[in-house]
Amino acid sequence: MRKIYLDHSATTPVDEEVAEIIRIYYTEKYGNPSSIHSFGREAKKALEEARLRVASLIGAKPEEIIFTSGGTEADNLAILGVAGAGQSKGGHLIISAIEHHAVLETAEYLAKMGYELTILPVNAEGIVELDSVGKALRPDTILVSVMHANNEVGAIQPIEEIGRIVREHGAVFHVDAVQTVGKIPVDVEKLGVDLLTMSAHKIYGPKGVGALYIRKGVRISSLLHGGSQEKKRRSGTENTPGIIGFGKACQLAAQRMTEEAEKLKKLRDMLLNGIVERIDCVKINGPLGDLRLPNNVNVSINFVEGESLLLSLDMLGIAASSGSACTSGSLDPSHVLLAMGLSHEVAHGSLRFSLGRQNTVEDIDHVLEHLPEIVERLRAMSPLYHQAAKKK
Amino acid sequence: MYSEKVMDHFTNPRNVGEIADADGVGEMGNPQCGDIMRIYVDIEGDIIKDIKFKTFGCGAAVATSSIVTEMVKGKTITEALEVSNKTVAEALGGLPPLKMHCSNLAADALHAAIKDYFAKNIKE
Ligand code: FES
Repeated sequence: MRKIYLDHSATTPVDEEVAEIIRIYYTEKYGNPSSIHSFGREAKKALEEARLRVASLIGAKPEEIIFTSGGTEADNLAILGVAGAGQSKGGHLIISAIEHHAVLETAEYLAKMGYELTILPVNAEGIVELDSVGKALRPDTILVSVMHANNEVGAIQPIEEIGRIVREHGAVFHVDAVQTVGKIPVDVEKLGVDLLTMSAHKIYGPKGVGALYIRKGVRISSLLHGGSQEKKRRSGTENTPGIIGFGKACQLAAQRMTEEAEKLKKLRDMLLNGIVERIDCVKINGPLGDLRLPNNVNVSINFVEGESLLLSLDMLGIAASSGSACTSGSLDPSHVLLAMGLSHEVAHGSLRFSLGRQNTVEDIDHVLEHLPEIVERLRAMSPLYHQAAKKK
Repeated sequence: MYSEKVMDHFTNPRNVGEIADADGVGEMGNPQCGDIMRIYVDIEGDIIKDIKFKTFGCGAAVATSSIVTEMVKGKTITEALEVSNKTVAEALGGLPPLKMHCSNLAADALHAAIKDYFAKNIKE
């Protein structure tokens, strides 16, 4: 059976070149970067080269990059780290309503510990409105965290503008850029961010590796203690092969980004338009055009449920994801879709396709050929569709 | 994540549809995830002559509705009332823990349909 992977926002395959360099640093150049012998020095040198590659992708200096075990750790380090370092200044935090759970739940954890938390709303397209940021800021606000682009609906946030407002105030500004780094230009200077989260496995790098950019001069306390790695900000022997793979993935992303984004945008719009043309009662979730990630398609197909859609697509070899309550593990529908004002029912029928490097026009055609049949079959089973048809 | 039996019932659900002027109709909404299941029954004497369902929900919800109709079609009302979420889940070769509540939905909708039949008949 033909298999089509359209879940690149969940994870991506590791690029062959990246996989090869990782293999070498596991089996041949396996030294511990902290060792002083030649094995160690060899690993250390490669580690620092990787740091430079990661830094240059986002316009940072190498010494501003701290490697972590992934995006989740980087988010935790940013939020808990600022709270830990800034306690005396006060305890108010601001995040947006559409943050990844790694930010959302870390902030909620701090709220339980006595910090005050303001959650910024988003508009119907999933974008934070600027005036809400200014209104939420207080003299005791220590941190503002807004993601660069949302992982579910692809909405790109006005980070530069928010950054200006936050900088004027003096709070630390954290941006989770896991979905944008390597896909659209990210420049920490231009965006005016203090902390920025990145992840390797979303850009054809290995799982279990990420980084936090920490602007020079921004104080954060560490999460992990007990070693002097990463200038004591992140103890533990470095995941050298993974980090070097991450560096390679960043280098490749920098070379390919512009061309790839153009290609993905075409495929994205083909899929979005194709779905709307072929299926009735469909709602596009998230913004259109340049405010949307080049690789994100998210629609709500009314009267059907997301998990049933995913299972049906999977039987045809097509991999996607959904914000339906039935797929969430917690049985709550996506907090992002709810924040955008969708009803539970509409959130239920949400379907996300996230495109990647290997996808082709044929892949999109294949999905467009089969999705309508799947929807028709599920709607024939749905008590809601019948009611809606009757009303008409 | 799902057993073969669940996938079979999801892919080829038995007794999908509606019964016009059914003797009893039962609808259940899932308070946990917001799904809806509706079961229609036709009853002759105390035998469930015909049964159909419509479901807006996950794979487990579709499969449990399908198997519940299969389990009670041609059976007596008493037998149908004995069907529980547990027997439904067992008949499917088990469900993931998170999906057990979907099987409640099927058993409850069936019982509601029978109740509806009783309510209508007592009136008449
Ligand atoms: S019906 Fe929603 S989880 Fe089964």
